[in-house]
This record gives sequence, C-alpha cells and structure tokens, in this order.
Amino acid sequence: MFYREAGQYKTSYAADQALLPLAQDRYGIAIVLFTAFVLIPFFGTSFFLVSIMIPFLIYSLAAVGLNILTGYAGQLSLGTGAFMGVGAYACYKLTTYFPDVNIIVHILLSGVFSALVGVVFGLPSLRIKGLYLAITTLAAQFFLEWCFLRIRWLYNYNDSGAIEVPNRDWFGITVTGAEASPVARYFLILTVVAVMTLIAANVLRGRIGRGWMMIRDMDIAAELMGIRPLRAKLSAFAFSSYYCGVAGALMVFCWLGSAEVESFDINHSFLILFMVIIGGMGSLTGCFLGAAFIHVLPVVMRAVPSMLGWDILASTVEHITQIVIGLLIIFFLIVEPHGFARLWQVAKEKLRTWPFPYAT
Amino acid sequence: MTVTPDVDNKAVLLSLENVTLSFGGVKAISDISFNILEGEIRAIIGPNGAGKTSMLNVINGFYHPQKGTITWRGKRRRRMKPYRAAASGIARTFQNVALFKGMTTLDNIMAGRSLKMKRGLFWQMLHVGPAREEEIANRRHVEEIIDFLEIAHIRKQPVGRLPYGLQKRVELGRAMAMQPELLLLDEPMAGMNLEEKEDMSRFILDLNSEFGTTIALIEHDMGVVMDLADRVVVLDYGQKIADGTPAEVQSSQEVIDAYLGVGH
Amino acid sequence: MQELIHSLTVAPFMEMGQYPDFLIQVVWEGFVAGILYALIALGFVLIYKASGVFNFAQGIMVVFSALVLIGLHEAGMPAWIALIATIGVMGILAMGIERFVLRKLVNQHDAILLMATIGLTLVLKGAGQLFFGGETKSMISDELGFSSGAYDWEVFDGLVIFQHIDIAAAVIAVLMVIALSLFFSKTRIGRALRAVADDHQAALSVGISLNQIWAIVWFASGIVALVTGIMWGARSDVSFALEIIALKALAVLILGGFTSIAGAIVGGLLVGIGEKLFEVYWGPIFGGGVEAWFAYVLALIFLLFRPQGLFGERIIERV
Repeated sequence: MFYREAGQYKTSYAADQALLPLAQDRYGIAIVLFTAFVLIPFFGTSFFLVSIMIPFLIYSLAAVGLNILTGYAGQLSLGTGAFMGVGAYACYKLTTYFPDVNIIVHILLSGVFSALVGVVFGLPSLRIKGLYLAITTLAAQFFLEWCFLRIRWLYNYNDSGAIEVPNRDWFGITVTGAEASPVARYFLILTVVAVMTLIAANVLRGRIGRGWMMIRDMDIAAELMGIRPLRAKLSAFAFSSYYCGVAGALMVFCWLGSAEVESFDINHSFLILFMVIIGGMGSLTGCFLGAAFIHVLPVVMRAVPSMLGWDILASTVEHITQIVIGLLIIFFLIVEPHGFARLWQVAKEKLRTWPFPYAT
Repeated sequence: MTVTPDVDNKAVLLSLENVTLSFGGVKAISDISFNILEGEIRAIIGPNGAGKTSMLNVINGFYHPQKGTITWRGKRRRRMKPYRAAASGIARTFQNVALFKGMTTLDNIMAGRSLKMKRGLFWQMLHVGPAREEEIANRRHVEEIIDFLEIAHIRKQPVGRLPYGLQKRVELGRAMAMQPELLLLDEPMAGMNLEEKEDMSRFILDLNSEFGTTIALIEHDMGVVMDLADRVVVLDYGQKIADGTPAEVQSSQEVIDAYLGVGH
Repeated sequence: MQELIHSLTVAPFMEMGQYPDFLIQVVWEGFVAGILYALIALGFVLIYKASGVFNFAQGIMVVFSALVLIGLHEAGMPAWIALIATIGVMGILAMGIERFVLRKLVNQHDAILLMATIGLTLVLKGAGQLFFGGETKSMISDELGFSSGAYDWEVFDGLVIFQHIDIAAAVIAVLMVIALSLFFSKTRIGRALRAVADDHQAALSVGISLNQIWAIVWFASGIVALVTGIMWGARSDVSFALEIIALKALAVLILGGFTSIAGAIVGGLLVGIGEKLFEVYWGPIFGGGVEAWFAYVLALIFLLFRPQGLFGERIIERV
C-alpha cells in the first residue's frame, strides 16, 4: 500500500516516459541524494569517507561502465581493469603536459583515451561473439598491463614505475593529491558519478541504448530492424570504456594518490565483474548495490572479529571473505540470476500489494 | 470464388530471377523466379525443407544467392547487408519468435522504429529537446500499433513472460512499426489455436487493406492461405512447382503430388 | 626504420641459424610449457564437451589440487598415500560441484554457468589459501619418484639439456591423452559421455544420467588438473600466480576449438613454442616480457580470420 501507482495518472507520453514515473521513486532518489550530498559530508568521519564512500562511488562508476557493455549490450568484457588504467595514465600525462588546465577537464578528457582504446579492442566483436570475445578483452588486459609496465614514458620515467598524483586545485580548493581533504575529494567524485549516471540513464532509455539491448537480446533480429551491428557494438565499447576510464582516473587522482601496474590488473577486472553480476546485469541501480556489497562486505568482515574480541589473522579474514563472496555469487546465480536489482524489484512489487499478498 | 488479380495494373515491387542458393553443395533454392506485386498478399507454401525460409532470408539480405538477380522497385539489387534491406523498406517476422526477450512489449515495438529515429549522442545524453520530441512522436505511432493489435494491456510487460500467441502478435507489431513496403511473415500462425488464427488473419487483412502494405507470407494452414492470399507460389525441394491464384495452385497435379507424396 | 625492419624480419632467423643448439633448446622449453597449457586446456575441453560449461575454475583447480597434495604430505602422509588421498579429494569436490552448483543451474544460459565457475574460482582460491597458506610451495617431486637430473645431448657443437622432469611431463601427457581417448571410445560411460555432448535431451531420453556424467567429467578434469599441478609444480613451484598463467589455456582453446582433444594439444603446443620463440628472438626488440600477452594476441588475430578455430566446422547462421 505504500508503493502504489494508484491515483498517479499520466496525461502525456512524456510523463509516462520519465526516468522515475512514480512519485515514491522520486522521493526515494531525493532522499538518497540529500543523504549523499548533505548528511554524509556533514556527519561522516574521514575514515568513512575515504575507506567506504570514495571507493564505493568509484567502483560504482566503473560498474556502470562495465554494465553498459556487458549488461546492456551483451558483450562480455574481462578487461575493465586495463581500461581504467588507460584513463588513469592518460589523466596523469595530461596533467603533466598541461598543469594549468583544470583537473576536472583532464579527468573527463582521460575517458576519451580509454574510449579510443576500447574501440580498438572492440573491433573484433563484429566477428566474435560471447565467450570468444572474452579472449579479446583478455588480450587487451594483458597487452595494456604490459604497456603500463614497459612504456616508461607513461609514468614519466620514474624509477619506481608508479604514477604519483600532484596536488591540483579547483576554485582554490585542493581536490587531488596528498593535501586534498576527504570532503573535497568526496564532493568531486560524487558530482561526477551522479551526473554521469544520469547521462547513462538517459542514453540507455533512448534510441542508442535500445539499439544496444536489441543487439544483446537477438542480434540477427536487430540487424533486420536496421541496426548496424558494428556501429552499435563499437559505440557500446566506446561509451563503456569512457566510464571505466573516468573511474580509473578518479581512482588514482582522488583515492589512491599513486598507482602502478598492479592497480589495474586482472583481479580488478574480475572485481568489477562481480559487482555487476551480484548487483544485476542490465540495471543501473544494481551497479551501486553490487559495488556497495562487494566493497563494503570485506570492510565489515575485517571489523567484525576485533569487535567481538576474536584474535584472527587479517589474512585469514581476507580468505574467508573471498570464500563468502564466491559462495554468494553462486548462491545468487542459483536463486536470482538477475542479482540485487531484481530482488529490489520483487520487494517493490510486494510493497505494492502489502498488506494483501494475493492482490494483483 | 477467387478473383484473379489484375496483374497488369499493379507495379512489380520485387522480382527474383533464376535465384540459386546453396550451402556447400546442398542446394536450398535452385533456379527460382517469381515476383511480388505492390499491395498484394503473396503466399509461399511447400512441404518442410522446401526452401521457404531460405527464400525469405534471401529477400532480406541475410543469405546471398550464388546465382540470379533480385530487382527491388525496378532497380537491380546488389549483395546487401540485412540492415540495408531494412532501410530500403523490408521488414519481417520469424518462424521461431525472435523478440528482444529482455525488453517490454513497448520497447520491442519501439525497437521497430529504430530507423525512424536519428538524434545523435549529444541530445540522447541530455534527453531533452529534439531527442525527447522524437521519442514522443515515435511513441505516439507505436501506441497506434498497440491499439490496432489490441495489446494495450501488456504494454509494460517483459515479452519473455507472454504466452506464445501474444508474442507472435508483438512481433507483428514490431515489424509494422518499421512501416515497411514489404512485410515478410514466416509462419505467422504456427502453433496457434483457431481463435488466435482468426485474429491474426484479421490483422493481416486489415494491415494490407488499411495501410496498403505488401505482404509475403509462409504458412502451412492451407485454409488460411487460400483465404488470405492473392497469389501463391509453391516450392518443393528448392524448386518452384506452381505459381498462380489459390484456385489454380490448388488444382495443379504437381502440387497435389508434392503434398500427398504421390508420384515420387 | 630499415634497421627496425631488419631486426624484426631478418636478424632473429640469422640468430636461429647461427646457434641451432640454442634454437632446439628454446623449442624444447616451449614444447614442455605447451604441454602444460595443453593439459589445462584438456581439462576445459572435457567439461565443455560433456556439459557445455565453460569451466573458468580449471586453472585454480590445478593450484588447489597441488596444494592439497603438498598439504597432506606435510601433514605426515607418505607421498603415494597423499596422492591417492588427493584424488579422493578431487572426487569429493567433483561430486560437490555437481550436487550443489550444476544441478541447480541446469538449463541456465551459458554465461550464467561461466559466472558460477568464476564464483567457484573464488571459493577454491580462498579455501586453498585458508587451509594451506598463501605462500609459494615446492612440489614433492622427489618423494613421488621423479628424478631431478638432466639428460645432455651434444649436437651442432653445442649442448641441449633435457630435464628428466620435462621428459616425464611429455610422456605422462601423451599417456593421459591416450587413456582419455580410450575412455571415450571404449567404455560404456565414455560413449554415454559423447552422447550427452551431442544432445542433452536425447541422452536423457535413452536413460543416461546427466548428474552422473557431470560428476564423472568434473572428476576426470580434476585428475587432469592434479597431474598438471604436479608437473608444473615440479618444474617451477606451486603458487597462485599459476592461476593467471592458466588463463592462457583460453587462448589455446580458441586455437584448438572448445570441443576437440586433439585441438587442445595442438593449440597448446602452438602457444607454448610460439611464445618462447617470440620472447627469445623478438622480445628484446619490444623490451621483453612479451610472453604475458603473446598467446592472447595470437588467438585474437587467429579469430579474426577463422572464428571457428583450427578444427571447428564453418558456422552457418540460421534464423
């Protein structure tokens, strides 16, 4: 009874096609945004911001990127980590050459480079489908990792082989590098993630997003409806890689502070993939739920033993966490292959009819 | 009593001449010629494996025949990609329903409007102004189709969960949304009960008479074919064995043999 | 520029001709590495053939089985008893996977099954580290009776060294392929397995138990994994880094096709020898370390020209 469309009449197609046609959804998002923009920065400790919120938002953005490619366009990718790396290194080189240009511009531009790289590695997708395509993205992953290590120009010929983030200001507030305050970094990331998610939602409900889903669901039928497979797939690769690239740049510039090739290895690719699976393929909400779960679960599990006064090695906890995540993935695939997003939907449907479970 | 259509007064929309298609030595279609006239309902019939579906695949560019010419609107067509065929005005439905399973009925039919929508990435990202106007204009058209096919009640349902008969109807709607000049229907009534068949027949006839869409259909139900079609072409083992009005075809000895298995 | 072309196209071959003994050594090293890739790919093929599941966990199964073997030996079991016990563990694992994962996911989409095996990978990885520790271990090859010596071959005024363990790896791999082929063609279960591979529904309708078949193939590839783990561990050592290397088996599968045992062997050898030659003769031009991506790029280029693999049939799409 709390979540019902009853009485909410739509008098135009525009209203029916709105992102959030239901008033309850609009209130929900308003509450989430208010919490994110006002309550958390005001009340959150800097540990909470740095260890939970900032990584959560960055991972969510990367998951949105991968979900566009895998969940919406149906092209499996195991190279997310490397595409994030391209964004990070591109941003580093840009700010080295143009230190006076606003860092936001660099972060947003760096995605363009990973989009280009994504398109190059997406080219084979015209001829290769499904699992075979996973090999292409693995090739991207390992080839790019090799580039990050061997092309010394990328990290300005450092001896460490790592990129160190310089301090950069935005309207007089330091937002990147060691001197940046957690709140400043948090606001920057939150704004970028919120705006980019809105853009993704818009693209996905329009002509372009529909084309991706057509290719995903039935590529032959899509082609016979006038969709050009190459154009649709490559645009999905470009769009997705752009998001991953920006997420990578944010990860290094606003979270880690420095990075080397290990920061973008294949385990990262898998991590993002898990978020998408657990959150739900083909759902933007799912990206955030998945990222929250996969990132927050280990943090919580690390905290639990000390709270209970148990004496367990940190590595043991990490291994148990790994097993738990693995079991949860299998559990979810068995119980609900569409992840948290579908569970959320089912819950909403229940709420709609509550307290009369048999009403439709 | 069937009236022989006035062939001379109608323009030829599509004609195939001496088309041969083979897969590594196996001939699916051999040396077939026939044409489709503007505004008619043309049926392609024949026993299983006669090459009917291959014929449709050739027409919409999915298969490329080794020999023969295809003429579309008086112009000889070269080897083309399916999406080009779609752009030139050919739509189709499939024998085994090929809907976009993860999308709703509305989105599936909107998908048929893909070629009518042009707005670029910039407007799509903002989803205001031109992109939104375009979306709404196309939505209006899609709603008309939904009304026409009487499927308003399943508008927002994912198509994967719909019963088979309704899926077939949604698929027809999706093809209609393309506003095609030639609509190819591959067994539109397969697996339907009598009532559903009657509904579907009604839609096909209305579509043909109200919108003037030319229709080529494959169907096994002879009763339906004889009632709907203006002209019928009969295939057997990849060869054309008869072509003409339903009455002519029905009385052809070769057709009777092919169907009853006599004379082989 | 000219110099670069020369160093890419001419110089490597001149070097090969100049020191043929070294070339033989490089090819041999590549051959042995290739056998191990082939063995991992073989494990994939067994499962894929019988159940259509793309088993991402094959690599971690190699590490896991080797760790179990070493762990049991460290716990005081004699080497041979530990080996038999490890086979038992792999059997229990196979039954567990069939009972609690595959049986629940019957008729699901391929991608979902793949992801389930990725989840399985995490579980095995976590469990392996939890029980046996994350550090690198050395294989108990002496205890299992592998001699650590080498056989020297004097040829072309030089010396080619064949490690005994490498020769043993090659021989065991050949024996295993023969055994598997006999198993597939001569035994009742093997024939049932091929029937299942051809058509699940039809196999069910003539009374073949899918559950049993799945448990058997997972057990078989568990044994293949164990053998791979022993061989690999004896050559280098046992660590979780192997999991990343095992991904190369995917490239091998692309070359050889997902369902062909012969393809897995040929593909494995192609990748193994190819990447060694490329690393030794062309690697320095690119700054070394090209082994990391050679297999994938080779598979990628190959796919563009022959999407169906080396032994696969031409794909005809239908609507």
